[in-house]
Parts: sequence; structure tokens; C-alpha cells
Amino acid sequence: MIPARPAPFTSATWLSAVRQHLFADWNTGLASVVLLLLLGYAGTHLLDWGMLRAQWMPDVAACRADGVGACWGVVAEKYRVILLGRYPLEEQWRPVVASSLLLALLLVSCLRSFWRPWLAVLWLLGLPIYFGLMKGHLWGLSLGLTAVDTDRWGGLPLTLLLSSVSIALALPLAVLVALGRRSELPAIRALCSVYVELVRGVPLISVLFMASFMLPLFLPQGLTIDVLLRVLVGITLFAAAYMAEVVRGGLQAVPRGQVEAAASLGLSWWQTQRHVVLPQALTAVLPGLVNNFIAIFKDTSLVTIVSLYELTGALGLALNSDADWRPFKLEGYVFIALIYFLFCFSISRYSLWVERQLALGNPS
Amino acid sequence: MNEPIIQFDLLNKWFGQHLHVLRDIKLDVKRGERIVVCGPSGSGKSTLIRCINALEGFQSGRLFVDGDELRSDAAGPDLKVIDQIRQKVGMVFQQFNLFPHLSVLDNLMLAPIKVAGMAPQAAHELAMAQLERVRIAEQAHKFPLQLSGGQQQRVAIARALCLKPKIMLFDEPTSALDPEMITEVLDVMTELASAGMTMMCVTHEMGFAKTVADRVVFMDQGQIIEHNTPQEFFGHPQTERSQDFLSKILRH
Repeated sequence: MIPARPAPFTSATWLSAVRQHLFADWNTGLASVVLLLLLGYAGTHLLDWGMLRAQWMPDVAACRADGVGACWGVVAEKYRVILLGRYPLEEQWRPVVASSLLLALLLVSCLRSFWRPWLAVLWLLGLPIYFGLMKGHLWGLSLGLTAVDTDRWGGLPLTLLLSSVSIALALPLAVLVALGRRSELPAIRALCSVYVELVRGVPLISVLFMASFMLPLFLPQGLTIDVLLRVLVGITLFAAAYMAEVVRGGLQAVPRGQVEAAASLGLSWWQTQRHVVLPQALTAVLPGLVNNFIAIFKDTSLVTIVSLYELTGALGLALNSDADWRPFKLEGYVFIALIYFLFCFSISRYSLWVERQLALGNPS
Repeated sequence: MNEPIIQFDLLNKWFGQHLHVLRDIKLDVKRGERIVVCGPSGSGKSTLIRCINALEGFQSGRLFVDGDELRSDAAGPDLKVIDQIRQKVGMVFQQFNLFPHLSVLDNLMLAPIKVAGMAPQAAHELAMAQLERVRIAEQAHKFPLQLSGGQQQRVAIARALCLKPKIMLFDEPTSALDPEMITEVLDVMTELASAGMTMMCVTHEMGFAKTVADRVVFMDQGQIIEHNTPQEFFGHPQTERSQDFLSKILRH
């Protein structure tokens, strides 16, 4: 019997790692040097423009002086319009409080230990507060606040509202459509296929356009649906079609034997889907779904074309009409890009964490 | 008591238009009887036992399971009868088919809670008792993929037993196992047989067939060619095809 021995010791100082990975031979070394030079060149220029020669004060004259780099003062000057859009200035505490509430609810919902019945109660309480604050009235009841119509909502709160609501509604719809496409009933299968193919074959912009301008033409006179609601429905239906295909991929990855085992135990079709197939399918396609979530988050910027000013639209709103500050739109875009990145990166880190949690229970 | 618990009456099944996989099957299984089904691959053995819990339909003939009749495909499925029968018939698969996202315990408790409507506490006790029975209770909180093949198959047997079935179907239960794990599964099946369970088992374990089976059913090309006691079947196979089959599997 040969006793077990440890693997040979490998010393890995960072210097040896650099030599091994970047300068292993002449070709690798040359490539490394060229790339490092390029990186250094771009980096120093970025640093020079964005930090060393930047103007931080909201002072137009200083920003326009020769040799000045980035003008971050534009953010300090315009951040209220960029972040909150056309919401009336003196009422802007309301979207801030409401959105903080929404974010807190979303955060809490992301943690498994909060997945209890009272989380639903929290949402049922939170949503009326949210809409009450934003609108200023609720179900026709005045709350003693100035009424603000949905077409004046804007900026980051609108981005958050559009993306979180449409993701939350699109996922269950996508699951139903994906199940429908695999149904044994031809009518349901056809209906779901037509829906997916139709929606996927059309750009989101045209869906939003139709939801916003065409739909009212078909409604009876006098009946109007809030533009925000129409746009929400449009984004949800659009997102659900894409997600449905991702979910369908997951359904197909679950082996037939799983369904047979569930059937042999007497589980009904719905019980089989709910307890056996979907948990495995959704786990398998989580990265793909999160991909869609992130895409939706950024696609909400398209609602600008129907005159709703979410984060991207609000930037245009803030700068286009102001000849003094208009030249510094680039800095504004960098600012909102950072905000978008912050949210998207958080979503993707969260999904990695969920993947690890799922893997802990199920090492394979 | 002597009335058969499973009754195939001239049952026929096709896959598509031309693949005639079960041909004029006539077979009565008595209560408590233990039947081993064998035959070359593609002979319809698995399809035969999968008809009993309606995992497969059939096109003509009749099939009775514990007094209920399963309708042929032409008449459409009678979901109520299928539900009843599936609660009375347990099944063990070649690939185990445990639910990988659920712990061993949850695999066992799912059907008692969701199908039989048991309280979680009662289902828990029942599940633990069945795990004791297959001697794997200490693994209750692990996940299926953390277990060896033999252990997984024993969990699968325990899961099927949780609904207190009257009939157990085994579809090549040891074919996917490493040789050293086959015995532990066969031991559990032998114990089940001596407890009086009605069993139909598709297997090539001839040792198991000899010691446990009351009858061996030999199939080829969708037909039952021969059925006999194990002594007779292995000692004096009646047909050329069964002789040929036995000579091939017993040569080594």
C-alpha cells in the first residue's frame, strides 16, 4: 500500500506569476509590452481629462476656458433634472422617498430569509404607499399632496419602476408561455408560438409606439388608459416573449425521466411542473434570465420616444434646452452610465450569489 | 384473492404507424406474485410494465389493474383511474430518476404530502420509516447526487414505497449500477418480495430471478414467447429463442 502524499509544492509569488503569464517567451513578452503601453496611454489620457484637468465647480465660464478637461460641474448643476426628470421641483422629496421604499422592498425580496408570507403583506402595503406618494392621491382619495400625473414622472425613479414592474410581471408570464409552447393541446401551443414569434419579430420601439399611439385609436371614445400603464404593458409583453424562450430552453434540459418519476408517484401535471420541472429548469437558465433582466433595465430608456423621460431621457431634458450646458452632454452621459453600471453590476453579482446558493444545496 | 391483480388481455401497442412493440399480450399476475420479465433489448419488456401505470398508452386490447380498467388511447385517458392506479403502483427506474434539487427526505415526502394529502409531520415519519427499511436513514438530509448509485436506487425504492403501493414495478433497477453495488439493491428487493409485495421486474439478474421469481416471462419482438417457473425456464427452456437467449447471457 502506497501512502497518500501531498502534491508537489508550487511557489507562486506574484513576480513569478507575472513572468510565467506575461513574459513566458519572446512573442508573449512583446504582446504584453505593446498592450501595457496602449493601456498606459489610454489610462493617462483618461486620468488627465477626467481628473487632473477637470473642472468640478458648476461654473460655465470656467468649464469653457482653454485646456480644461471634463466639466463635472454639469452634474452638480443639473443632477435634479437628470435624476428626477419633469417631476415638479418643490415636490421632489416624494419620488426620492417612494423610490427608496421601492428599492428597500426589492432588496428585502432578494434575500431568501425574507421569503415568508409577510413579504407579500409588505408589498401589498408598500405599493399603495409608493403610488400614493408619486401620484399624490390614491383611488380618487386626496392625500393632501399636489397631484402629479404619470406623464411628469421621470428620471431614475421611472427607470426603476418600469424595469422592476415589467420584470416582475414578465417572468411569470414567460413561464406560462414556455409551458404553453410545450403543451399537448394544439390550440394553446399555437397561441403561445404566435405570441412569441410576433413579439420577437418587432423592435421594442415599435411596440412602445403602438402601445402609446395606436392602442387609444381602438379604445372606445372617452376611455383612456394611462400612458405609463400602456408602456408598462408593452415592455412586459415584449420582455416576456424573450424570457419565455429562455425558460423553454430550461424546460427542455430537464430529463424526461424526471417527469416520468413524478407521474409514477401520482403527481398531477401542474404539481409536476411546479415541484419537479420548473425548479430545475429555472436554476439551469438563471444566467440567461438575468441577461434578460439587465437588457430590460437598459431598454427602458426607449420610452423617451413616447415622451416619458426616464434617466436617459431626463439627461436630454436637462441639457438640450440649455445652451450654456449643452456642450457638456458627454459628462452627463458618463454620469448616467455609472448609474446604469451600478445597478446592472449589482444585478449580475446578485445572480452569481443565487447560483452559488443553489449549487450549495445541489453539488453535481 | 385468486383473481389476478394485473390482467393483460390481448393488448397491442404501436409506436407510430409501423413499429408494433407489444403484440397480443395476454398475462395474468396474481396478488403477491413475483414476476421477472426478461428478453433481448428492444423486445418490449420495459414498455410492457410501463403500461401498467399508464406511462405508456396502448391502442387495442384491455388492461386491468387492481380492479380498475385502463382505457386504450382511442378512448382517451381516464385521468381519475390513472391517478388511482398510480397511487397503488410504485415504480423504480433504471436511471433512479430522483429529483436532484430536493434532499433525500424531500424526495420521499413530496408525493405523500402533495398526492395523498398527508400532514408534513406524518409524511416525515413515514419517509424516515421507509428509509430505515432500505437502511439509508442516515443519508436523509443529503442530496441525491451526493450518494452512490446503489444508495440512490435504494432511496428510489423507498420513495416508491411511501405511497404504500400494492404493486411494485422495477425497470432494470440494477443495469446502471457498478457491479459492487448491485447486491445491496437486490437485497432490498428480495426483502420486499418476502414481505409479500406483488412485483414485476425487468432484469437480467438471473440469480435474482432464480431465487425470488415465481414466474419468468420471456419476451422477444413484442411477444411473450414463454412463461414458466424459474426452475423450468432456466433448466428446460421450451423455445429455440429462449435457449439462444439463455446461452448468450449465461455463457460468461
